[in-house]
Amino acid sequence: MSAGESASATIPLVPPRTGDPEITSELVADHGLSDSEYERICRIMGRIPTFTELGVFSAMWSEHCGYKNSKRLLQLLPTEAPWVIQGPGENAGVIDIGDGYALAFKIESHNHPSAVEPYQGAATGVGGILRDVFTMGARPIAVLDSLRFGDLDSARVRYLFGGVVSGVGDYGNCIGVPNIGGEVAFDRGYEGNPIVNAMCLGLMKKEDLITASASGVGNTLMAVGARTGRDGIHGATFASEELSEESEEASRPQVQVGDPFTEKLLLEASLELISSGSITGIQDMGAAGITSSASEMAGRAGNGVEIDVARVPVREPDMTPYEILLSESQERMLVVATRGHEDEVHRILEKWELEAEEIGEVTADGRFRVLEDGAVVADMPALPLTDGCPTYEREGIEDDEVRELREMDLAEHLIPEGDLTKAFLLLLGSPNVASKRWIYHQYDTTVRTSTAVRPGGDSGVIRIRGTERAIAATTDCNGRFVYLDPRQGAMIAVAEAARNLVCSGAMPTAITNNLNFGNPLKQHIYYQFREAVLGMADACKAFETPVTGGNVSFYNETDGQAIYPTPVIGMVGIIENVSHISPQSFQSEGDDIVLLGENTAEIGGAEYLYVTAGLVAGFPPRVDLTHERQLQRAVLTLIQEKELRSAHDCSDGGLACTLAECALGDGEAPFGVNVVLDDALTPVETLFAESQGRIVVSCAPDRTENVIRIAMDHGVPARKIGTVGGRGKPFSVAAVSGQIETDLTSLHQAYFGALPAIMNTPVSSKE
Amino acid sequence: MRVGVVTFPGSNCDYDLYKAAQQIGAKVEFIWHRQKNLDGYDALMLPGGFSYGDYLRAGAIARISPVMEDIVGFAEKGGPVLGICNGFQILCEAGLLPGALVRNDSLRFESKDIHLRVEQTDTPFTSEYQKGQTLRMPIAHGEGNYEADDQLLEELEAEKRVVFRYASSDGELSDEANPNGSKNSIAGLTNKSGNVLGMMPHPERAMEEILGSTDGVGVFLSLATNLSTVVL
Repeated sequence: MSAGESASATIPLVPPRTGDPEITSELVADHGLSDSEYERICRIMGRIPTFTELGVFSAMWSEHCGYKNSKRLLQLLPTEAPWVIQGPGENAGVIDIGDGYALAFKIESHNHPSAVEPYQGAATGVGGILRDVFTMGARPIAVLDSLRFGDLDSARVRYLFGGVVSGVGDYGNCIGVPNIGGEVAFDRGYEGNPIVNAMCLGLMKKEDLITASASGVGNTLMAVGARTGRDGIHGATFASEELSEESEEASRPQVQVGDPFTEKLLLEASLELISSGSITGIQDMGAAGITSSASEMAGRAGNGVEIDVARVPVREPDMTPYEILLSESQERMLVVATRGHEDEVHRILEKWELEAEEIGEVTADGRFRVLEDGAVVADMPALPLTDGCPTYEREGIEDDEVRELREMDLAEHLIPEGDLTKAFLLLLGSPNVASKRWIYHQYDTTVRTSTAVRPGGDSGVIRIRGTERAIAATTDCNGRFVYLDPRQGAMIAVAEAARNLVCSGAMPTAITNNLNFGNPLKQHIYYQFREAVLGMADACKAFETPVTGGNVSFYNETDGQAIYPTPVIGMVGIIENVSHISPQSFQSEGDDIVLLGENTAEIGGAEYLYVTAGLVAGFPPRVDLTHERQLQRAVLTLIQEKELRSAHDCSDGGLACTLAECALGDGEAPFGVNVVLDDALTPVETLFAESQGRIVVSCAPDRTENVIRIAMDHGVPARKIGTVGGRGKPFSVAAVSGQIETDLTSLHQAYFGALPAIMNTPVSSKE
Repeated sequence: MRVGVVTFPGSNCDYDLYKAAQQIGAKVEFIWHRQKNLDGYDALMLPGGFSYGDYLRAGAIARISPVMEDIVGFAEKGGPVLGICNGFQILCEAGLLPGALVRNDSLRFESKDIHLRVEQTDTPFTSEYQKGQTLRMPIAHGEGNYEADDQLLEELEAEKRVVFRYASSDGELSDEANPNGSKNSIAGLTNKSGNVLGMMPHPERAMEEILGSTDGVGVFLSLATNLSTVVL
């Protein structure tokens, strides 16, 4: 800089790099940038960007990194509470769980990669979310997975399902983090576009929290872990567009390949680095790789960074700056080492047999500057990369087709063809209701010896060693409800998650969300998104469960067909004392069965309609947030006062399927059931409607009166509906004009036999 | 009792094993796989996990780790060595135990509680159990299918080296109760002199009621009792 020039007036000129393509309007469009966005970039730059700079802007302003169509609405979600230590904007949210401990947790999607290559797509999804958690200084203690696929009668869907389950399993199993739950749903609405969301929980001492910011001018940027290759280049941009049949083959090079062994070393090395005090910040090189990690860390600290790509360890020769900056090779970290502590970083990394290389430093000038062997190839202001992305609020209009489906007359479906028992067993054996054991028996659920409740229940529970406490976690969303009524559906997702937690004895505490939607540029999709966010905001406020972070996944469409809007709620809760952990299944013959909440005629959106008539129609059940809150408090009180033997949320498949799950337990020694329901409804409504606000509990007969009184005191309707029968006794549930009567063997076969029978059929990768 | 838990890159049950040994009063230390000199240990334990990612064959790389030479020496001198899951696989690869662990017959990772029947109680690892007793504990492995030729199987049975077999909750052997297709339902066996035990199930995950079972305690308690320096 010559004398007399001020920094702000200088526009650093960067000569075009030999071999880089010329910037044309086609090239700009190929980078997913609109004309107005490109103009904005030119204004920010004060000149035309180089190819490398264009790539950087394109990644940072992609939907995936820039949240351009979601940011404004997401601001409506509550994010604060006294127990929130870190809200949205970091690698993961963090809450105070007492006794000096903090919990970091986050959910993230890997939908597009999994549609293209299910095994690696799902595996790297787990890898990414683990890194988000351990880069906060927390040791991962549990993962959950929330999955959606098309109907399993398609061989292609079975291939995707099988591949995703192996991918989720193999990665977590290898690292040694137990899977404690999640959910899976099958519906033609996800045929071309599976949903793969992975959630991770990590535990740390409060003082070990570290954030991802590039603080301290002069500190050294270090690339740590795996080398950078050509995989996943522009994955962030890829995640921000629709899929087509062609993209399945063509996009495969954009899917990253996972190496859980390296990740395990990286996990141990990162935690050792953090506790050594030799670093001030650390971030996963996830979506948009070095570009996003470096610019986000600079942005958070209000600093600049200078990186020389020639110093980044690469896997292949002749990689261009563009490729190095945008590679999404897995198992890499960007670390900010305190100046003078680089050797210590090297020493720790060497112990774990990993590479670390100094690639740049933190600067005071607020620039994101990239060199290639000393020559500048990109020089741009850092802040606009993270904060300058234009955000949009769009017009949303409901699809007429959805309104018609919602208003459909369902009267003819309230009379089952044939007998009720047959319909019930069909429903219980539907992959959406049936036991998910086939899945979680492929996941290590007990490693780390702290899993108090394994998958298969309302929520998974991990005890916190050295304390009386435990953490419960669950994921929930019924996409059909959200499709039929986005606002109600999103509220239901939050309410169900909370019910799941209280049934395990936990106080709902905070949320991470994964908003899976179609193309937001389409009005009916934007409508779904806006309504769902509004519903979620209302429910989160009512339950005092702030959102501490999450992920938005748009463009979940194949050949123009969008998935059901699927805002997955990952919720965590605190169990004050491990003695409060409550089972979902019946425990003792002769116990009374009590229903909290009321049966209603709301059959809309129910699995029963899908199974018997192939229908996704009707008004989804209403959710009354005040009632839900009262119900949560009532159940927690009952559990903490040790009045109950079991508690189970009533959801998919309705009351009859809930009772079957309570009776079957883990299948080893099921109980009979005698229930009589006197509701003035059709048997189909009484038994199979998925009305909200209901929990089935059991208690010793001498506690029944007390249980009902405590529930009523909380404003929750409660009544005895029957008794737990003996082992091997019949399963009998009677409604006013029809009843289910079956033996436990048939029940067992329908519930536990369904998925294995389907998945043991031959699977090929193509139809 | 001073116990060393050997950690290879990719071990992930090392901490669990550490806690289990500590629970019965042992003084426990981690041994990094590059460590030489294992003097002063009363017992060595090889944990589960995925050493070196198990990208080649489970245990095939860990076998050539620097620490293995000393482990072999320790075992040859009669020191008790316990290998669980990946630890069992490594012991087989290292030749301390015969046979091999191949892919589960389901071709899937299998993670669930199973039942074991205790076949031998005159070992340093099972003296606290009753012969024929059934134990409940988790398995979590993709390659736990014990494979041996007929001659070896005959030898193992004749020498009473099969210590645990997969069984039903009432102790019956069946294909249904065998989670991975292991020959003769073998879940755990010893070397000729009985001081090296390899087993696929995880006793260290069955140490407390809150985890669902305490049936694994006996393995650690037996070892402590037999070394008779236990501090309870």
